[in-house]
Amino acid sequence: MKKMFSNKKTLTNYITYAGVILLFVILQSMSAAGGLSSALKGQLVPVCAYVVMALSLNLTVGVLGELSLGHAGFMSVGAFAGAVAAAALKDVIPAGGLRLLVAMIVGALFAAIAGVIVGVPVLRLRGDYLAIVTLAFGEIIKSIVTNLYVGMDANGLHASFLNPTLHMEGGKIIINGPMGVSGIAKISSFLAGFLLIMVTLVIIFNLVNSRSGRAIMALRDNRIAAESVGINVTKYKLMAFVISAALAGAAGTLFAMGQNTVSASKFDFNTSILVLVFVVLGGLGRMWGSIIAAAALTVLPELLREFSEYRMLIYAIVLILVMLATNNPTFKNFFSKIFKRKGVKNHE
Amino acid sequence: MSNPFQKTKMVPVPSHSIIPERDLGKAPILECQHLGIEFGGLKAVNDLNLTIGRTEIAGLIGPNGAGKTTVFNLLTKVYHPTHGTILLDGKDTSGKTTEQINKMGIARTFQNIRLFSNLSVEDNVKIGLHNQEVYSTLSGILRLPSYWKKEKEAHERALELLSIFDMQDMAGMKAGSLPYGAQRRLEIVRALATNPKLLLLDEPAAGMNPSETAELMENIVKIRDTFQIAVLLIEHDMNLVMNICEGICVLNFGEVIAKGTAEEIQGNPVVIEAYLGKKKEG
Repeated sequence: MKKMFSNKKTLTNYITYAGVILLFVILQSMSAAGGLSSALKGQLVPVCAYVVMALSLNLTVGVLGELSLGHAGFMSVGAFAGAVAAAALKDVIPAGGLRLLVAMIVGALFAAIAGVIVGVPVLRLRGDYLAIVTLAFGEIIKSIVTNLYVGMDANGLHASFLNPTLHMEGGKIIINGPMGVSGIAKISSFLAGFLLIMVTLVIIFNLVNSRSGRAIMALRDNRIAAESVGINVTKYKLMAFVISAALAGAAGTLFAMGQNTVSASKFDFNTSILVLVFVVLGGLGRMWGSIIAAAALTVLPELLREFSEYRMLIYAIVLILVMLATNNPTFKNFFSKIFKRKGVKNHE
Repeated sequence: MSNPFQKTKMVPVPSHSIIPERDLGKAPILECQHLGIEFGGLKAVNDLNLTIGRTEIAGLIGPNGAGKTTVFNLLTKVYHPTHGTILLDGKDTSGKTTEQINKMGIARTFQNIRLFSNLSVEDNVKIGLHNQEVYSTLSGILRLPSYWKKEKEAHERALELLSIFDMQDMAGMKAGSLPYGAQRRLEIVRALATNPKLLLLDEPAAGMNPSETAELMENIVKIRDTFQIAVLLIEHDMNLVMNICEGICVLNFGEVIAKGTAEEIQGNPVVIEAYLGKKKEG
């Protein structure tokens, strides 16, 4: 019994790894053979970024059981910190892949710091405060970045608020206030996105199946009981939240480095809700669900471009149908009956 | 031993409390002095003095609403007492958190079962082992050798602890799907996993049938004997209390109305009155 269960859990993890690798190989060879339209090709990196966003939010919402409504804020921090790092290191590290890696680490680090700043005061409280504060955090980050100017000259980096001149001697501007970052050297690739997804999966799966992950899930299931067996509530809540924020930061860097321009308005409340929709549709705590939901719902609006007038209508209907199919008990029973019958037949 | 519930003689310690004779040479595990808590004007617990010997099985009984669970919540710092002190193993526990109290050596179960119901039975016990089988988060994520070593130990310890209640076959089941009695037993196993010196059981026999209760009684004594720990239990099943508890403390309206051995409590008119009401005159 015990063996079966633990095998089933690790089996799901391995199937998820294998599925991601398989999808990557198929899409990569299709794009090499010219089987993908250019619109879809352009979606490959954003899809990877949103998959990582969904996975990381699932760590907060599904595994830790806290609601975060400002996950795009961490993506934003990662995107702009990563963009600055990549632009500043252009001459030091000419190789695109390595520069992206460094930029991602910088992005993740800054997002993690933001996560600590938000998490330390809020995670000590009980109830839905985290949702309220993260909601505000997303908006604050948007305002900050909209008014932020960062540039670089021979003396190094300069940053200021509301002052585009930056007192620089020549040099070039990197973050240009409301215009954001433009003229980005596109160093993100589908391969980099795929690798980030794999790293994210390894971190989340290994965390969940370890001592710390069990402590985090214990807090979700019953905080009082978790305290009574000697689990440090604040420490483990903060750990899950900060890891989640850091992964979102890396996803932000990946996303930004695949665009021509990024501005702060890209990472608004709607983006946070969109990522939350991925998580809820895919199932709380179910990582493969998040991957499929994020990939499908990022590509779907692109595929519906031909029906541009009805695009958002169809998108909404699809959302409602999927929500019903995955969460409505009547639908669920209907499907489980079908599968049971199949199972019986297979036995005979 | 023919009788598994053999008790030792209770003797008075320098205070007015009593502890089992075999614990005489050792410092008591728990001492509550003038313990009390007020919620607004309501004295939920008032001037509670309680001494528990190192290997004693003690009972806390009283009618509904007497403040028994509040005493447990005070001991584990779910509530912080407004009066008095609690000495655990001679150390003052004031200002400690629930988590620190557990590390100091008190583990508890809950009246309304509080399992991690979405997790497996084994994971529930492993969470109890959180501070016993320690490795860092980083070695967990990177699966360093210490992860494999400690996880293997935790797995073995968990199965060993589950075998106390013969539950090792249920290790892979979801805790929330267990039958009621098994959930209560799992709570005890999880509490034991934290390696306590004092085990608090809040109505361990609630919802169990007579044969399950009999088995539970044997197991509580067995746990005490194997782990050499003290047990304080709240219970309404008088058969269980009178059979295994050495010292019994009776609460009513937050105050101690009687303390003593099972025989003394059974014959105490104040206790009978608290439970059944005053005899009508004439």
